[in-house]
Amino acid sequence: MIIGLFVAARGLPLFLSFGAWRFIASSQWEPAQGLFGVFPMIAGSLLVTAGALLLAVPLGVGMAAFLAELAPAPLARALRPAVDLLAGIPSVVYGFVGLAVLVPWIRSAFGGPGFSVLAGALLLGVMVLPTIVAVAEDAIRAVPRTYREGSLALGATPWQTLTRVVLPAARPGIVAAVVLGMGRAIGETMAVLMVTGNVTALPDSLLAPARTLTANIALEMSYASGRHQEALFATGIVLFLVIMALNAAAALARRKEERA
Amino acid sequence: MRDRRRRNRLADLAGRGLLVLAAAVTVAILLALLLYVLVKGLPLVSWEFLTALPRRMGRLGGIWPTIVGTLYLSAVALGVAAPLGVAAAVYLAEYAPPGRLTRLCHFGSETLAGVPSIIFGLFGFATFVIFLGLGWSVLSGGLTLALMILPTVIRTAEEALKAVPRAYREGSLALGATRWQTVWHVVLPSALPGILTGLLLGLGRAVGETAAVLLTAGSSLTIPLSPLDPARTMSVHLYLLAVEGISLERAYATAAVLVITILLLNLLATRLVRRLTPKGGHA
Repeated sequence: MIIGLFVAARGLPLFLSFGAWRFIASSQWEPAQGLFGVFPMIAGSLLVTAGALLLAVPLGVGMAAFLAELAPAPLARALRPAVDLLAGIPSVVYGFVGLAVLVPWIRSAFGGPGFSVLAGALLLGVMVLPTIVAVAEDAIRAVPRTYREGSLALGATPWQTLTRVVLPAARPGIVAAVVLGMGRAIGETMAVLMVTGNVTALPDSLLAPARTLTANIALEMSYASGRHQEALFATGIVLFLVIMALNAAAALARRKEERA
Repeated sequence: MRDRRRRNRLADLAGRGLLVLAAAVTVAILLALLLYVLVKGLPLVSWEFLTALPRRMGRLGGIWPTIVGTLYLSAVALGVAAPLGVAAAVYLAEYAPPGRLTRLCHFGSETLAGVPSIIFGLFGFATFVIFLGLGWSVLSGGLTLALMILPTVIRTAEEALKAVPRAYREGSLALGATRWQTVWHVVLPSALPGILTGLLLGLGRAVGETAAVLLTAGSSLTIPLSPLDPARTMSVHLYLLAVEGISLERAYATAAVLVITILLLNLLATRLVRRLTPKGGHA
């Protein structure tokens, strides 16, 4: 259990020795010249993640509602393990398919290099779908039957019941699902690295390449040394902090749900 | 009145349609991805591909060293994570008094489960590769993976232990068994399917992990003999084949082998869950 704290403790001194604000806010990453600004990577991570959620949340919650409310029991029983299995597929495989299929498609359909924020967002969206579906479905199923029956007895249609009674009641759980998905998306390394192009400049459009925090670490760790290596550890801290914040948010949402 | 009812009915139909559509699109995307890899990759997989040494950086030949590397690394990871994780779970479920410490442990393992693998990679690199001087090796990689899958192992094992009916423990204690005998001879055996499930899920994660392994085990294409040799796993191999544009064909085949391995592991795990479920109701 202490490992979690240990990871943080190991990187923290490196982070402090560096000048935290300059590290986060500067947008020049030139390891050779001792310039370490991770702002473009923070922006890259957030952009790709936001895009992924834009795709995955409506689809995932829709699918969850379908599984929990609409699907006949045998179908739901068949689909759920299938979704679970897909959650286990390693990210390199997603990344590889993204590289082999998605990137060339974007290149021919929209122009640009293909390696882009858009490719990363689409791929991540697909990758976090299983997580969002599973958690959101649990939340929707946890809504007491009596709520539904009460609403239906008042003459509401099933759709009205779902959108005005069940989904609001399940909201904390759904929020938790989204936050978990977000955490997975921000922490994802290989798949994103393989399709976003990894340029260290701020992306100026969806079709421009970008680099995420995770990719920054994975790409340069093998040859970095000295201050450059310290900077990569500090990148890890920034990433760690973002994830911790998201986890805390998820825990809060869950607690709210338990109280409800 | 009638107008409104019709509108409601239409909205209801449209809403249902939307949900069905969302579900269909989700399933279609995910299945298409899976089938794509299998259809493109499987025809290229042969006995020779699995057992031959790679030639010219993997452009030709097979993936035998990466299979050995994957097995070796997973064995180290599981060998460390299984006893440690199960012991921690036994402590949490059977011995620890409920209170702040237990809650802290739960919070810790939950947080750890949400930490991205690249952070584990960094940690493993700093600790095992450099600080302990193990270098890029099977041991460094295996230990890093062990840390990574530990939360999964602990959580599933703890749940399995808690699902063992109280009556079992009481019966055993009433027969004069000590607490430890009860845990060892009664509780652990009945929780075994659940514990194995957790181990298999952890194994699946370890086999598929790339980022952390790349940072800690290296990417050497030789067959690792000692635990201090560097190694390349199937997932790292796939990554390098694809990103460095070495061979798309070999990459498809490697991806197919990797996917099938993991699907088998996870299928086995869900099978065990199903066997466990009827017992779980008594908790």
